[in-house]
Amino acid sequence: MGTLMIASMGTWFQEMFSNEQNIWSFGWVVFTFSIYIGIALYTRAGSSKEFYVAGGGVPPLANGLATAADWMSAASFLGMAGLISFNGYNASTYLMGWTGGYVLLALCLAPYLRKFGKFTVPDFIGDRYYSDKARVIALLCAIFISFTYIAGQMRGVGVVFSRFLNVSVEKGVLIGMAIVFCYAVLGGMKGITYTQVAQYCVLIFAFMVPAFFISIQLTGSPIPQIGLGAEIKGQEGVYLLDKLDQILVDLGFDKYTENLSEGWKLNMFATTCALMVGTAGLPHVIIRFFTVPNVRDARKSAFYALFFIAILYTTAPAVAAFSMFNMINTVSEKPYKVEKIEVTETQIATPLVAVTEVTEGVEIADGLPAWFYNWEKTGLLNWYDKNNDGKIQYYPGEVMDGKWKNAVTEDGEVARGLLGQVLPDASLKASENENELSVDRDIMVLANPEIANLHPWVIGLVAAGGLAAALSTAAGLLLVISTSVSHDLMKKVIMPEMSDKTELFYARGASIVAIAIAGYFGINPPGFVAEVVGFAFGFAAASFFPAILLGIFYKKFNKQGAITGMLVGLLSTAGYVIYFKFINPSANVAENHFLGIGPNGFGFVGMILNFVVGLAVSAMTPEPPQEIQNLVEEIRIPNNAGQAQDH
Amino acid sequence: MSSASDRKAYWRSNLKIMGVLLTIWFLVSYGCGIIWVDSLNKIQLGGYKLGFWFAQQGSIFTFVIIILVYVILLNKLDRKYGFDQDTPAEQEIAKQQAKEGEKEWEL
Repeated sequence: MGTLMIASMGTWFQEMFSNEQNIWSFGWVVFTFSIYIGIALYTRAGSSKEFYVAGGGVPPLANGLATAADWMSAASFLGMAGLISFNGYNASTYLMGWTGGYVLLALCLAPYLRKFGKFTVPDFIGDRYYSDKARVIALLCAIFISFTYIAGQMRGVGVVFSRFLNVSVEKGVLIGMAIVFCYAVLGGMKGITYTQVAQYCVLIFAFMVPAFFISIQLTGSPIPQIGLGAEIKGQEGVYLLDKLDQILVDLGFDKYTENLSEGWKLNMFATTCALMVGTAGLPHVIIRFFTVPNVRDARKSAFYALFFIAILYTTAPAVAAFSMFNMINTVSEKPYKVEKIEVTETQIATPLVAVTEVTEGVEIADGLPAWFYNWEKTGLLNWYDKNNDGKIQYYPGEVMDGKWKNAVTEDGEVARGLLGQVLPDASLKASENENELSVDRDIMVLANPEIANLHPWVIGLVAAGGLAAALSTAAGLLLVISTSVSHDLMKKVIMPEMSDKTELFYARGASIVAIAIAGYFGINPPGFVAEVVGFAFGFAAASFFPAILLGIFYKKFNKQGAITGMLVGLLSTAGYVIYFKFINPSANVAENHFLGIGPNGFGFVGMILNFVVGLAVSAMTPEPPQEIQNLVEEIRIPNNAGQAQDH
Repeated sequence: MSSASDRKAYWRSNLKIMGVLLTIWFLVSYGCGIIWVDSLNKIQLGGYKLGFWFAQQGSIFTFVIIILVYVILLNKLDRKYGFDQDTPAEQEIAKQQAKEGEKEWEL
């Protein structure tokens, strides 16, 4: 057993260090991980207050950085630019939705929740609505939202490991779990906060460096936000976005910068609103504002957080357009394989194959770039030659009738065709259209530096950045889960008598269980993880947001209103999503949708229902007790100045 | 230290600031980014169509500025009503936490 392990480690080392690219990736990952673990050991939590909210003593700048890292998940770092690449203007809903929510958070929620001064969102809901029933509903929402999210993060960790470090997705997830265990379980919020500061630095550097180089390559402008609106280098008067529109339209796609179809506005409006309000209601983001010393710092740290988030979010559209432009230019209509022939003088005189460039003794250029072959093996970027011309045609539509899966031979290798191309699994049939290129949109950020032919150190850096994004978010979510269990459930509902030390023990125990469950979902992802993550926003919008907002701005809003509102919002949204996604997916087309609003945007409708029903019920039932109304008056004032006079 | 009328006036000013800023928030994102995007797209901003620019860049820049303005205005409002002074107990906690905070940063 032992020798077998050593032998397999040996092969791993051999393969790992056989190329420069892997060495760079490995180096970056080891370097950044040692920083995270070092910080975790330095900032161990001693009390439950340190574990939950870092003792409430985090400076606003550090908290802003940590919030930004907490918020920007594997989805923001790896997925969002890909989403924009393939959806162009329509993907703006994610850009505006995920940043606009911070304005709501900063203006309407963060300062007041900080003044309230407890640890969690269920804490607020339970105290404000003087009801353990409300507390438990909020608690279940928080746990549900956090789990759907975290499974996606662990999967992201696994994907990065498998592509860049030559280990299987399963081992990648296990390594990720071990790292998160170190700093989330030992350090609690204190450890997490300072690790997240480091992780923000890693992820933003990793995102900006390739964007910066590619922007210079394509447009000559080093700032991607300017490069996106600039002329293509060497082609005067031709703007990059106009050219991209034209290339896409020529291939039969929709325009990149506009939506010319009809009746999309209400759906986009609703989806953007559900994302914004959902962002403001996410428990792992809200909890961050409990960690600063006072209300003024809570406001300030919301500003820092959005500022740091905006750096990545305004760069992502540039990365998206650049990588789409580069991908089409390097792949479309290119032959998969170029004959490698020894060129002699006579052959130059009478070339046997069509070549564009001949150098003596060197293989012929103008084929596919090398990165295509690397990604082909992963099954995320593939070619199926429908018209047998040996060239790659990229047109609208899916290549196969299902998601691409690589064919595997009996001895476990990928099966290859005549030209050496990776073949699709036998269960897949080619679709009727002419498209031959299958691209998983999640690879755009990871493949981007390779597509642009940047140095291996940049490519390795992107791997470390993706891991930083996934790990920081996973840690923040784990904390919400463990706090919900140990504080909101055990301390507040089941065992109010327990000591601080016991509570801390439960908090650590809960995070260990949560890591194990998250890891399980990372290794065996249920097919619907990606979908469910999107719906988590709708659920947060339809359940939490109205209850928190009215709790602050309408002091006569009572528990009956809050509880019915949350239930109506959550159940209506969940029902709509479950019907269209799981019970009757074939009916999931715009004609059947309520006012044309898809399942992703229905959280907006659920939120309105929550408001309407909640307010109506509240008007018909008794006012909340006077001490609750005093509490609301109290959280509206940023310091304790008023308190002395009232009591 | 603070009268009930002070607190009411403070809250009213706060709501006014929020109202104005949230209106701007709505106009740049839902307005310029979605509702009027077609007409704005007829205007060019360098290589950007203006509506597209608002949807993918301009709205986000504006959001950052909105929060900055909110922080500045509210700090001013706090000072005007004397709500920026912490009670002695709070100051004590803040001082202690600042000390701990410094320790972290020496890392």
